[in-house]
Amino acid sequence: MKLWEHYHTPTTVDEALSLLAQYAGRARIIAGGTDLLVEMRAGEHEPHHALIDITRIAELTTIARDGEQITIGAGVTHTQIVHSALLQQRAACLVESCGVVGGPQVRNVATLGGNVAHALPAGDGTVSLVALGAEAEAVIGGERRWHPIQALYLGPGKSLLNPARDVLLRFRLAACGPREGTAFDRIMRPQGVALPILGCAVRVRLTADGTRFERAQLCIAPLGPTPERLLELEVFLVGKTADEVSLRSVIDLAQSSLHPRASKYRASAEYRREMIGVLLERTLTRAVERARAASVDPR
Amino acid sequence: MSALQMIVNGTAVDVDVPESRTLAQLLRYDLGLTGTKIGCEEAECGICTVLVDGVPVDSCIYPAFKAQGRSVTTIEGLAQGEELHPLQRSFIDHGAVQCGFCTPGLIMNAAALLNENPDPSDEAIKHALKDTFCRCTGYASVMQAIRSAARARRGEAPLPVNDPPVSEPMHAISRSVPPIEVVEKVTGQARYTDDYHFPDMLYARTLRSPHPHARILSIDTEQARALPGVRAVLTHADVPGENLHGLVYRDWPVLCGDVVRYVGDAVAVVAADSEEIAARALKLITVEYESLPVVADPKYAHSPEAPVLHPQHPTGNLLKHIKVRHGDIEQGFAEADVIVEREYRTPTTEHAFLEPECAIGVPAGYPDHEKLTIYVGSQIPYQDRNQIARAMGLAEEQVRVIGTLIGGGFGGKEDIAGQIHVALLATVTGLPVKMLYTRQESLIFHPKRHATIIRIKTGAKRDGRLTAVEAELYGDGGAYASLSDKVMTRATTHATGPYNVPHAKIDCYAMYTNNVPSGAFRGFGVTQSAFAVEQNMDLLAEELGIDPLELRLINAQKVGVTTATGQLLRESVGLIETIADVRRDMQHEQPEFRWAWREGRKAYAWGIACAYKNTGLGGGAPDRSEAEVEAFEDGTVEVRTAAADMGQGIAHVVAQCAAEELRLAYDHVRVLLCDTDLTPNGGPTTASRQTFMTGNAARLAAGALRDALTQSAAEMLDIAPEQIRYEEGLLRYNGDSLRVGQVVQWMKSHGLSARARYEYWAPPTQALGTGGDMHFAFSYATQAALVEVDLDTGEVHVHKVLSSTDIGRAINPLMLQGQIEGGIVMALGNCLTESFIIEDGVPWSRLLSRYKMPGIKTAPEIISRLVEARASEGPYGAKGVGEIPSINTSPAICNAIYNAVGVRVFSLPVDQDALLRAMRAGEHEVYAAWHDLR
Repeated sequence: MKLWEHYHTPTTVDEALSLLAQYAGRARIIAGGTDLLVEMRAGEHEPHHALIDITRIAELTTIARDGEQITIGAGVTHTQIVHSALLQQRAACLVESCGVVGGPQVRNVATLGGNVAHALPAGDGTVSLVALGAEAEAVIGGERRWHPIQALYLGPGKSLLNPARDVLLRFRLAACGPREGTAFDRIMRPQGVALPILGCAVRVRLTADGTRFERAQLCIAPLGPTPERLLELEVFLVGKTADEVSLRSVIDLAQSSLHPRASKYRASAEYRREMIGVLLERTLTRAVERARAASVDPR
Repeated sequence: MSALQMIVNGTAVDVDVPESRTLAQLLRYDLGLTGTKIGCEEAECGICTVLVDGVPVDSCIYPAFKAQGRSVTTIEGLAQGEELHPLQRSFIDHGAVQCGFCTPGLIMNAAALLNENPDPSDEAIKHALKDTFCRCTGYASVMQAIRSAARARRGEAPLPVNDPPVSEPMHAISRSVPPIEVVEKVTGQARYTDDYHFPDMLYARTLRSPHPHARILSIDTEQARALPGVRAVLTHADVPGENLHGLVYRDWPVLCGDVVRYVGDAVAVVAADSEEIAARALKLITVEYESLPVVADPKYAHSPEAPVLHPQHPTGNLLKHIKVRHGDIEQGFAEADVIVEREYRTPTTEHAFLEPECAIGVPAGYPDHEKLTIYVGSQIPYQDRNQIARAMGLAEEQVRVIGTLIGGGFGGKEDIAGQIHVALLATVTGLPVKMLYTRQESLIFHPKRHATIIRIKTGAKRDGRLTAVEAELYGDGGAYASLSDKVMTRATTHATGPYNVPHAKIDCYAMYTNNVPSGAFRGFGVTQSAFAVEQNMDLLAEELGIDPLELRLINAQKVGVTTATGQLLRESVGLIETIADVRRDMQHEQPEFRWAWREGRKAYAWGIACAYKNTGLGGGAPDRSEAEVEAFEDGTVEVRTAAADMGQGIAHVVAQCAAEELRLAYDHVRVLLCDTDLTPNGGPTTASRQTFMTGNAARLAAGALRDALTQSAAEMLDIAPEQIRYEEGLLRYNGDSLRVGQVVQWMKSHGLSARARYEYWAPPTQALGTGGDMHFAFSYATQAALVEVDLDTGEVHVHKVLSSTDIGRAINPLMLQGQIEGGIVMALGNCLTESFIIEDGVPWSRLLSRYKMPGIKTAPEIISRLVEARASEGPYGAKGVGEIPSINTSPAICNAIYNAVGVRVFSLPVDQDALLRAMRAGEHEVYAAWHDLR
């Protein structure tokens, strides 16, 4: 079956927007296409008249630093992220999460913007962006502005972005500074489900003496229809000593206060609750180590 | 149509193509670069990998216009003229090519890796090839080939080839010669069915039932016929001959007319000017169905309330009740000091050969085609011909089946797929018609490995000697018989394990259901029964306090033992040697051997299991194979036989046999396989039979040719035939010599043909229940698996498999090792990753992304040894190898899991969720995946 008739490769955002406007709902944005084409083949979308490929828009394909802010174009590939020295140093969890997506063939074309626009709550890139406290710039309904990353998620596979009308442009996040560390990990099932059982990303900042949590940002997904920050755990951690005891108590709190559900052929609720403990232990331990190693500003 | 410009393999390309093309379609169908293969169109299998501006991408989901202005490199662009790329060379040298269908993808990914990282670690290689799948090799040879190529590119000496040591190598036998057509496979020149194209060819699609069980009330094809570009729409009413096919029972409609019995049953077929029009036409066919109650479970199928699916079958849903009776079962258990009894479950599994089914029909009278001709990669070309002819109402001689290369089979290309449909469509339209299945269609359509429920009770004396085995097996045969009768018979007769069991009572019920049909799959039922038998052995060992290896040694079959089917084993039983090999290797692994230990949050343990598997059809079925060998004036020889090479390598086996008999250089032997007009019948490629059967046919035909050449040479030279001996392609006599070609020339000039044909008949066997020899040979194996269980997550990893396999003789040690490594990794998938899930008759595993086979990261290190207990009737002592490595891996892994964490897994695949919860709860047995727990 022909899944699309026309394929456009605009080189500016305005051109992409005007193409969308021109097709009036019968075109949609494509980036790497690694999710979109598979879903189109599986009949999950009506065939589109045209696909508008945003990966030749130069401003959407770069990773840049502006002071303490890092911006990542929506068309930046997973491979670019994995190879970025800036992100390796200043947002390690994002590198870790993008590094486990697919094989090189997929990472070479799949984009971070595509991962977010796909709106799966446990998308690997998504989990890290949420924990990092990222924001996303998009043209939505003709209005270009920044949104907290979570605001783009309306439900599993449901995005605030209308792919026949809107364009996701870039992400920005505060680079990790001195005494800050991040980490990502996930648990997979070896049988036939591509989605992780559970993913977890954390960002912590330690006090000047390196003994206590000064700040913590956590995301574990899926715990609901959209990815969320775990505010109760974040508040709990602030001021606690960065040691085994605090780790055990935050895991206890997480396992009693969070209520993962079972997903068909993927995981039982009980298993997921167990994995909350495993992932928090693995990621917090690593993030604290990294924060201690970053006691001096890498600049 | 729009202009697309790019550089392909260094050459500028400017074409006008539809914007809807994917890069893979563009390369294959517009540019004729068919070396790039399409395996799934889901970005799952990775075999379609090409490089865009130097980086690998999955071309099957890469829009062609995304590559506008870019530089694309495909497998055809890798070699520099005649000079192969080091990876291509190395894949050949290290035996990393079997069916060859994934080879371009593996090589392209590896090429990108080596460009970026000239000295990659094993970790880096695995990371790069993580999502590029190979179903044949088991990856060990692929790893070695890449390591070696990396060295070669750096100007270092390539790595030695890891072929296993063998006893008594001969002139061409027991030599690791490269397989046939391997250069074509590494350069992308090898042609599989979808790589063929004929002028004016049409494209076909099949309309399949969405219901597991329904009555067809009406079929309306009018709108579809009216669609421009549609050339034919056919239903059951258009089948001129018998509207049924089937390998053992003819119960499977070519096109369903009254009832559909599974999701995927064919109802109509369409041929059109393009694949896209054919697909659109399917949507315009209206079929009215009335749903019928679904039989989704083999035990329910056996109950009186279940609807009967095949009313003409005399025993209703019970396709076959298979019985083994041996000794006196009551006496056997009365003699037992210890009895264990458990129930095991194995799921439906999928072959996932990387080449989806494809068939091309060319009508009689089309240029160069005298008769109706079908091109197909089939495991059984002569039975295809028979089934096509019946359905077409033709004599068999009016149909020609030409076998193309096969991109993996494993038993899944024995049943009819599109062969009859393209015969019908080509005949009606008068044009060639190609039917290529999508991966998703392949998944729902073709017969799978039987899901089974096996209850098994084993008794033993205090000293470890087995006294009795009682078993009940249920096999889910699915909607049509396929090979269920034979597969479940093998499961039944092998349900004692490879042991001396004086008393046995085994009952198997092969059932019809509304699930996808089940048929042949490497291991052929024995994979399932061994899972139960070998875990019961470990349960007994524990109860008796006997070492698991020792318990198997005490009971191992050996010469002089009579099997439960009444067969006295007279020779070629190498089981004890395989156990000894594995025991020695296990002890070699650690200074002081331990079965289990812990390191941090990980538990490690070894587990072992044994196996045996018949070679050949057996059971009284006439088993024969025919081959023809012809010598030419240029001194070359051609072997012809219709035995299918799906990557396992029968082509090089017959070539080696001919080279051996004629003392010819191996590269002087050509092989022509699978053309029902040009090659005699080699019989089905199933039951691990081809090395034994067609190997013998080729050996004996070559021997007959040698005798004819000798006779002619003697006449020509006027000497006694006894004075002539064969060396290096020469006939030597009295200090002088003649070339084979000279003798051929002489024969031709004297009106003699330098051609010999031999029909080899296997030693006779007897039907089950009549005692005597049910099979003419068995292969044996022992494996030990080293398993790691993550105590926090329940995740299971297999680090190492030690294997020893008795195959009689290794005709080609390197390629045989590939069979063993590939078989082990396939069986590891059977244990840890694979399950074809069907919900109330409706497959959930409709996408390859929902069916995970083992990738390179999952593949363990394999240390494989060979035992060569000669089979006197086998060619040079050889017996079957195709299936034996795929039988005992699953129970070895599950025995290891038990040894590691004290939880025994009774249902496959191993579910980390259920395993972890059992570990946490202090339970010792897991009977289902978490989602099946009730």
